[in-house]
Amino acid sequence: MGQEKLTFKGGVNVPHYKSLTENKALEKAAEPAKVYIPLQQHIGAPCEAVVSVGDKVKMGQVIGKSDAFVSARVHSSVSGEVKEIKKMDVPGSLGVNCVVIESDGLNEVDDSMTVYSSLEDIKPEQILEAIDLAGITGLGGASFPTKVKLSPPKDKVIDYIILNGAECEPYLTADHRLMLENTSDVVFGIRAIMKALGVNRGVIAIEDNKMDAVEAIQAEASKYDNVEVKVLKAKYPQGDEKRIISAVTGREVPSGALPMEVGCVVNNIGTAKAIADAILRGKPLYERVITITGHAIGEPKNLVAKVGTPFKELIAQAGGFKSEPGKIVMGGPMMGLAQYSIEVPMVKGTSGILTFTKEEAEKKEVSACIKCGRCLTVCPVHLQPVYISACAIKNNFELAEKYNAIDCVECGACSFICPAGRPLTESIRLAKREILANKKK
Amino acid sequence: MKENTVETNEKDIIIPDMLIGSSSPHIRTNESVNRIMLDVIIALVPAILGSIYLYRGAAVQTILLSVVAAVIAEVAMQKLFKKPVTIKDLSAVVTGILLAFNIPAGAPWYVPVFGSVFAIVVAKQLFGGLGQNFINPALAGRAALMASWPSAMTTFSQPVAFIAGASGASVDAATYATPLVKLGLEAPAADIISQLPSLKDMFLGNIGGTIGETSALLLLIGAAYLIYRGVIDWKVPVVYILSTAVVLVVLGVNPSLLMYHILSGGLILGACFMATDYVSIPVNSKGRVIFAIGAGLLTAIIRVKGGYPEGVSYSILLMNVLTPIIEKFTTPKVFGRVD
Repeated sequence: MGQEKLTFKGGVNVPHYKSLTENKALEKAAEPAKVYIPLQQHIGAPCEAVVSVGDKVKMGQVIGKSDAFVSARVHSSVSGEVKEIKKMDVPGSLGVNCVVIESDGLNEVDDSMTVYSSLEDIKPEQILEAIDLAGITGLGGASFPTKVKLSPPKDKVIDYIILNGAECEPYLTADHRLMLENTSDVVFGIRAIMKALGVNRGVIAIEDNKMDAVEAIQAEASKYDNVEVKVLKAKYPQGDEKRIISAVTGREVPSGALPMEVGCVVNNIGTAKAIADAILRGKPLYERVITITGHAIGEPKNLVAKVGTPFKELIAQAGGFKSEPGKIVMGGPMMGLAQYSIEVPMVKGTSGILTFTKEEAEKKEVSACIKCGRCLTVCPVHLQPVYISACAIKNNFELAEKYNAIDCVECGACSFICPAGRPLTESIRLAKREILANKKK
Repeated sequence: MKENTVETNEKDIIIPDMLIGSSSPHIRTNESVNRIMLDVIIALVPAILGSIYLYRGAAVQTILLSVVAAVIAEVAMQKLFKKPVTIKDLSAVVTGILLAFNIPAGAPWYVPVFGSVFAIVVAKQLFGGLGQNFINPALAGRAALMASWPSAMTTFSQPVAFIAGASGASVDAATYATPLVKLGLEAPAADIISQLPSLKDMFLGNIGGTIGETSALLLLIGAAYLIYRGVIDWKVPVVYILSTAVVLVVLGVNPSLLMYHILSGGLILGACFMATDYVSIPVNSKGRVIFAIGAGLLTAIIRVKGGYPEGVSYSILLMNVLTPIIEKFTTPKVFGRVD
């Protein structure tokens, strides 16, 4: 394909490690006997349980919702009986209310959602309603409620819908497999978003380390003259929302503003697939594709797994540990969250479970900064990580703020590239928290 | 369905009793400070071998004394300050080699030793060690030596051997002076050229000078390696040399003498190995280019208008001092911000 490869200024070449799973077709995970479904899996207000202990629930039935606008419904991923509602530790937070459901193994489906046969049958507001009812959140990792993202204020003119197929995090291949195996759903998803927002320009942007996905999506997208495929240079963090907008449209989202400020709405590949499921099959978001990978796992794979399944069951299905793991991360190695237990359940935002061997998990030795300037070269926001970090380490958060610490997207590129192994991202993250906390005072 | 569930597998999996819970990112580059320093040393090897070929034991003696003194000074200071000893990062070795490159082969033993000790103790460790020095330690050492033993530092021995293909026989030991001194003469360009070694000899290193500044070719091979390895940015040496050339012409130097200027007096050594020393130059790439322009400007001015025939080391030292100001005016524009 002689297509021009788009990119952004900054960024870093990271080792991909995607060959572990990129050619492994999606497999359905084994049925969990019990699921532990957190009532908050999204950015925004937590849901209240709408079921009680002892209730029989169907697969896809709403078990939690909230009246708040920024929130997303939670559904049961199995049919069975509610056994408990209790606070549990989940990936990323401690003590979150979870609904524990024992599966009856029947997977009886709740069919309360309307099924539409094609995009012509559904009106824009019905698309938003379906997304709301299905509890769809951004599946790239941030878990922002999709209906909120697709409800910009009236005065904002949106003219670009971008589907983020960069999957720039090393190791992860969930979006890659979806593009190959659920091609028409992915394209349907972006067209549904375009219709919901009345936008006639859709771009599916994919990194050039997935040319098979580019070809597959291209073949499907060519049926529609308003959907285009663009190839991105594989470079981290190309999948960051503002970076993909910059690469695709050349527009610069102002500091602190949302993509809608420059007329763009960006969604993840998995989100598009979930939207297709909601509209075409009346299926809420209770399962997703996750990549179980890393060098400590027996048999890395891409699983279609149900929300609420404990990590340890998914790990067992991927051949268990072949060596003692030193670290388990939810998500990719650059921005993922290290877990202290594998008893936690997977949630909507779980794009992968990444395992590191003991040797890999060992911390790199930290030495003195030699001002090589690599952290500046790779920073996608064009910050000076070396100086922000120095301020943070000296607790000088006022100066860190002057260096625009708050604009940091915490992508991890600076820490990755630092030859001295310095905790740049980590200390800047600390500075950001302090600055935000001081602002609230 | 039931028989497919993972309950049967569950007993096979080890439940780890301890997991590391650090914050992201969870992977790091294989590059290290140590590896960068090793690359610089590798890049200096051709010039080291060339100097040993040209000056034999005299070069070996000066380089060894300089490196050993630098390493011992580093250990001593770190022990004294009760800090961890970090000689394994190889930065003291780099300083030692670079300092030796600024000294004529076979200079009295105390010249390289004092220079290295000054470089490590005063310019580096007293300011906090690696990464904290605001001037290049090797150049600081050289400046101290120029002030202390000016004649030892400018008495250049003639190469005892010549790199193949040279017309080195034309060099007359009795009237020997570095090309730069002659370049400073008030005379028509043609007369000056007639007194200079051929450009080919200057490029190969068949001329007198300090250990490291003689062979442009061998230095450029090393610089090419550093650029290939991504250790240095090609813009710094290229802009430095171009800037020097342009300003020399502006100041009235006959363009036919430009190549002699570029190939003499440590310009290539300075541009490739000193003006690229991360610690003492601006951290952002625009600032580094401005640093290079400024160093070129100063080098040309010192050579043409100043009292010294050679201007590279003082130019870089002066620019080292200006580094914080350059950084202040070259702060990169943050994405999404207008100010």
